[in-house]
Amino acid sequence: MGALLSFGAVVVLLLIPAIGAGALKLHSLFGVVIPYLAVIVFLVGLINRVIGWGKVPVPFKIPTTCGQQKSLPWIKHSRLESPATGGEVFLRMVLEVLFFRSLFRNLRTEKAPGDRVVYGSSKWLWVAGLAFHYSFLIVFLRHLRFFKQPTPKIIGIIESFDGFLQIGSPHLLVTGLVLFGAVFYLFLRRIFVPQVRYISLPADYFPLFLIMAIAGTGMLMRYFLRVDIIKVKELTMGLATFHPKVPEGISVIFYIHLFLVSTLFAYFPFSKMVHLGGVFLSPTRNLANNTRMVHHPNPWNYPVKVHTYEEYEEEFRDKMIAAGIPVEKQPEPREEEQPTEESEGKE
Amino acid sequence: MSKQPKPPKPDELAKSIEYKTPETQWMETPVKFKPGMWCYGSRPKYLEEVGMPNPREWSPADDDWKLPENWKEIVLDGMKDRLGKYRTFKLFMDICVRCGACADKCHFYIGSGDPKNMPVLRAELMRSVYRKYFTTGGKLFGKTAGARELTEDVIKEWWYYYYQCTECRRCSVFCPYGIDTAEITIMGRELTNLLGLQTDWIGGPVANCYHKGNHLGLEPHTIQSNIEMMCDDIEEITGIRIEPTFNRKGAEILFVTPSGDLFGLPGIYTCMGYLMLFHELGLDYTWSTYASEGGNFGFFTSNEMAKRLHYKIYAEAKRLGVKWILGGECGHMWRLVHQYLNTWWGPPDFLEVPKSPITGTVFENAKSTKMVHVTEFTADLIKHGKIKLDPSRNDHLKITFHDSCNTSRGMGIFEEPRYIIKHVARHFYEMPENTIREKTFCCGSGSGLNAGENMELRMRGGFPRANAVRYVHEKYGVNMLANICAIDRAALPTLMQYWVPEVDVCGVHELVGNALVMTGEKKRTMDLRLEPLPGMEDEEEEE
Repeated sequence: MGALLSFGAVVVLLLIPAIGAGALKLHSLFGVVIPYLAVIVFLVGLINRVIGWGKVPVPFKIPTTCGQQKSLPWIKHSRLESPATGGEVFLRMVLEVLFFRSLFRNLRTEKAPGDRVVYGSSKWLWVAGLAFHYSFLIVFLRHLRFFKQPTPKIIGIIESFDGFLQIGSPHLLVTGLVLFGAVFYLFLRRIFVPQVRYISLPADYFPLFLIMAIAGTGMLMRYFLRVDIIKVKELTMGLATFHPKVPEGISVIFYIHLFLVSTLFAYFPFSKMVHLGGVFLSPTRNLANNTRMVHHPNPWNYPVKVHTYEEYEEEFRDKMIAAGIPVEKQPEPREEEQPTEESEGKE
Repeated sequence: MSKQPKPPKPDELAKSIEYKTPETQWMETPVKFKPGMWCYGSRPKYLEEVGMPNPREWSPADDDWKLPENWKEIVLDGMKDRLGKYRTFKLFMDICVRCGACADKCHFYIGSGDPKNMPVLRAELMRSVYRKYFTTGGKLFGKTAGARELTEDVIKEWWYYYYQCTECRRCSVFCPYGIDTAEITIMGRELTNLLGLQTDWIGGPVANCYHKGNHLGLEPHTIQSNIEMMCDDIEEITGIRIEPTFNRKGAEILFVTPSGDLFGLPGIYTCMGYLMLFHELGLDYTWSTYASEGGNFGFFTSNEMAKRLHYKIYAEAKRLGVKWILGGECGHMWRLVHQYLNTWWGPPDFLEVPKSPITGTVFENAKSTKMVHVTEFTADLIKHGKIKLDPSRNDHLKITFHDSCNTSRGMGIFEEPRYIIKHVARHFYEMPENTIREKTFCCGSGSGLNAGENMELRMRGGFPRANAVRYVHEKYGVNMLANICAIDRAALPTLMQYWVPEVDVCGVHELVGNALVMTGEKKRTMDLRLEPLPGMEDEEEEE
């Protein structure tokens, strides 16, 4: 259901530029206005999102500790899984952000004969996740050639690695295929793993279809429909230098590709894809496990009502004295009541 | 209150576990309160005693939960307030990609097969409401955007599932963004507590702890007499009379442990271990009857209640003028001491950086909070050869160690207890690696779920832990499950009785007490449980 809905949405997104740029020839709208708007929405939206999170305080230092704490000097401390200093936290975050450390731990839980449960290694999600994110990154970097004149050397190097198979002309770039394949795997997983299908929302399928469509139209353009690359670069350089112009004769497939990418950019800050920014702020990962060493202040710590020792002794004084437990105040000859429940707190 | 049925037989329960998904989407699958899976509602007096809202007689089994008139406004305001106070809450509402890595990591999911026990869905129960009222997409597109209306049925669903989570954080170990369901469950419980939806099993200890200083409601003279009874047993076992002090000003160290160690088996054996060790060392320490609880059921209620209850520890340390604080074996107590106490009530500058008077070791890792875990303290003693141990006295035990959730994933204390066990006993076997340390499984009864009426829930939640214990029992003949948590000591015996009846449960310091060679002790013939030591079966009746 969610999958069909999202698929339909992406088909509509394909048709909009096909009609708008293809039939109606609204090239400036699809070549300039929409891409600019999308990038603005992306930047403003993402920054807003991150600032929004950043403004919310972190009242407690609650890292998830996945290794031995730093304690006695002769006990081996797990620096990466239970970091005690800022530097160690940085390294933990590097592992998390660049290598998906936590996902690497993934296990598969299964029932086995004899009413047992067993836990097997399960790395495919990690592999597909890495393949997807890194191929997307490289594809993204490769596209910078359209926004810089002359093309930076580093991009040429990336491309030559990417095309190492040297198949076809232009050379087949592996990352495009890997990107498509990885996203397709993530899609199949959502469809065929019952638990994952059960938790999936339209918002989970939509980005997958959108990215498949982006990778698909990109490869179509490069290998089959062959757009006029010189003119495309003329257009993109115009965008990059804020002197937009729209050369005639760029085929509609390019506008479709560009519109889908624009959609992705504009949708990004409002979607689950904001985990790109969020992962850096996750308090269970980016805080040091040194809470007993360094005081962590809570900006909104407020006074609370407590039960003081005096109130406690007041209630139990006789029993304490009878048991020989020391008290602050000896009972006076005449009993008087002093109910003094008062608020006490500390900023 | 409706009587809850006993759980089914273990093999029937195990067979009933299926990892299937229902025909209907989760939002269209109404919550069904299954018997044995939930706790009774709190008696009004418990809420009144601590000033919590909406005290009344109510039962989760009733249709009418007697919510306040403006319950919806209360919950939505409460959410808004907390979204602005806790970055975890806000962020974890926003960034989940529903990859499903957490799905089969939850002990309640593994033991029940109920898809709403997958951590991701447990969180979606809350996220769906968040989207509806706090995001533009959710307001515009409703269900298509994964949003849903907040109704009384949603509140009931929250309540049912946020009391089927022990805040153990196992899912957060596997989540690529570190999303911690505990943070969401904590919010779920705070919000439902605004409506007076406390459980009786948590409400009682909270009220007790607030007024009497401990969850069990032990009054000062009872604490003293309980400990004196333990001293009687110690005298019978060792011939040595121990005279601990209470509320003594000027002691060097204040000792705080969960009250579970003062009452009930096998907790008191652990407590006897502390008493013997501290006596043998000649430690200048005192017990407190006021700060007589290390644990904190307030944490299973709201952050504010947790802070209110944990006020006593530093206040008492200051009143008595001690130099530093030593803490006993407890799970959530140590999550809180390690990650919260200093923020709530610290820094306690009237205390000194903890220094072992026996070895001279300065506990730099506790230099701000000034509170040392007893296994850190004891491991240091053993390392420096300051205590004499006879591990053969534990030869009748084949031991495995259960890492408690809180001390594992909210503190990272893995090696200290193992180091101690390996020095006080000779037969130690680890459970499979995916079930220990940071990947350890909960006892199934943490976070205030160790009641009697929800026994099926507990046996299901403890199934993965028991399954791993059974494995080492069958493979190595393990017969003792050691741990450093009072809830474990209270809950695991029941779990073992159900799943692996051959295995018993103990605290690490019970093993220390058995092995400790005390100055001037008589020949030991019994362990701390007054059972004959290995090879001493015939000498039992000698004296």
